[in-house]
Amino acid sequence: MKLTQTVHGVTFENPTVLASGIWGITAASWRRAAEAGGAGGITTKSIWLHEHKGHPNPTIISTEHWTLNAVGVPDAGPEKAREEMAAYMINKPAPLILNIIAESVENYGKTAEALLPMKPDFLEVNISCPNVEDEFGKPFACSAPAAGAVTKAVKAVAGKTPVFIKLSPNALSIAEIAIACAKEGADGFTVINTVGPGMAIDLRSRMPILSNKVGGMSGPAIKPIAVRCIADVYAATEGKLPIIGTGGVHTGEDAIELMLAGASLIGIGTAISTRGFDVFKKVAAEMQEWGEREGVEDLEELVGGMHEEMRRRAVIAK
Amino acid sequence: MKSIPLQSRLPRTLRIAQVRKETDMVTTFMLPISLGSLPGQFLMLWLPGRDEIPMSIALDDGENLQVTFFAVGDMTQALAKLKAGDLVGIRGPFGTSYAWEKKQHLALVAGGYGAAPMFFAASKAAQDGCTLDVIIGARSREHLLYQQSFASLPRTTVHIATDDGSEGHKGYNVTVLAELLSSGVKFDQIFACGPERMLVAVSDLAAKEGTKCLLSLERYMKCGYGLCGNCTVDPLGIRLCTEGPVVEGSLARQIAEFGKYHRDELGRKHPF
Repeated sequence: MKLTQTVHGVTFENPTVLASGIWGITAASWRRAAEAGGAGGITTKSIWLHEHKGHPNPTIISTEHWTLNAVGVPDAGPEKAREEMAAYMINKPAPLILNIIAESVENYGKTAEALLPMKPDFLEVNISCPNVEDEFGKPFACSAPAAGAVTKAVKAVAGKTPVFIKLSPNALSIAEIAIACAKEGADGFTVINTVGPGMAIDLRSRMPILSNKVGGMSGPAIKPIAVRCIADVYAATEGKLPIIGTGGVHTGEDAIELMLAGASLIGIGTAISTRGFDVFKKVAAEMQEWGEREGVEDLEELVGGMHEEMRRRAVIAK
Repeated sequence: MKSIPLQSRLPRTLRIAQVRKETDMVTTFMLPISLGSLPGQFLMLWLPGRDEIPMSIALDDGENLQVTFFAVGDMTQALAKLKAGDLVGIRGPFGTSYAWEKKQHLALVAGGYGAAPMFFAASKAAQDGCTLDVIIGARSREHLLYQQSFASLPRTTVHIATDDGSEGHKGYNVTVLAELLSSGVKFDQIFACGPERMLVAVSDLAAKEGTKCLLSLERYMKCGYGLCGNCTVDPLGIRLCTEGPVVEGSLARQIAEFGKYHRDELGRKHPF
């Protein structure tokens, strides 16, 4: 089965992509995720226009079911990001997706402008981080007009670089948000950011474990939410805009499920902590094995497969 | 009611069994728990409402666990004020460990509070019949750690180096190691834990001698289990929380930033 995926003219050797926020701090880690880890593409952590401090530890905790993180999107700003991106671009091993974040519509545009000269393959716009809400209020991803405004601001400066909007599962209607972004020219979506936020309390001290009290939830438990959100966004945009499906993927079968819901590429993050940094290679191999067993020749035929099958059965029923 | 077993990635609080003041600046906590840790591994120590920091394990004897720390920053100063019965949270153990074969002759080079994890390695290696030369380095005599504990181990020779000469050799512990090597002592392995420039000097000596060495490297850490990527080093991209902190000297020498710089929580570089 052919594993390569071409999205907006960019070819990924396999559909797995290092998700934003994980391992994304240095060019050395991106390179390792792509080269030895087997990631088909990599996404940077979220980059701010100005230095942004994160939260004190504990910032990341896990059980086998879930991970909560409230790292707080720490970043040194565009200058350091440019240095790391430049280092990665020398013999670039896999496509680079630049993730940006801002506290205002205007600064989304400015951050994109500051970094686009580094020629990322895609721009991913984080409008949905749940663990800086105390600082900035509800994320843009929970308001259709705000999400549309951010899309418009970024598209105004993005030129030919495809713009993916990273959506939140917390929106009342993720379909409505996706439609608003699509109207302003979004080229695709990353679905989903972490869920929640959630909270964990230590029994003896009676204190929340995360210093930020709450954190975005990831890990195996969130996969059904990701699948539903991807399906909603795919249906709302009639499958016309590619989706980077992210949320709870640990195995090849998980990845295929997200593709059937509508994903063209598959983000993987938390699974690194259970299956190792080469989880990308493992997931790709499992997808390949599954495809061959099931007689699937091209991954592309799986994308949105659930919607197609439901239509087919509805037609037959008539 | 039963609890699920301790999960290494979720902190659990427990009461400090005993607090021991090693020096003015250095404190040891005895905790009534075993994590099944190996020498060289670390845990994340949490002070609820304050912060959580990585700390090397100074002993885990199957029943009790010990950590030793310098009160140098806000968090460690807050920890130093705790008393027996106060709550701290721990999760771990994390990372790689020191390893040896039975009856090997080992040199253990400890700088500053590197003496604590080195004592864990020494006590376990001594049980395996190893012969040990322990070289403890500190600023001055009152900063020497675990000196008596090392001395109580069988087949163990303790060497001391202090910057001011108030005890033992005046100068660096690495000089003492160099003298032992040039006098013809052959070690099967050299272990080292301490300031990174000291580790560079040890790895240089070991490489020259063709002796295997294991070094304990430290970087800014958040998750402790290989997820956040804060402790990856250039240009290899390996994570020192999972593929370290204990690395072979030959690997350390492929790390471009070894002895040169480290990164803060924002990923910004700082020279040593």
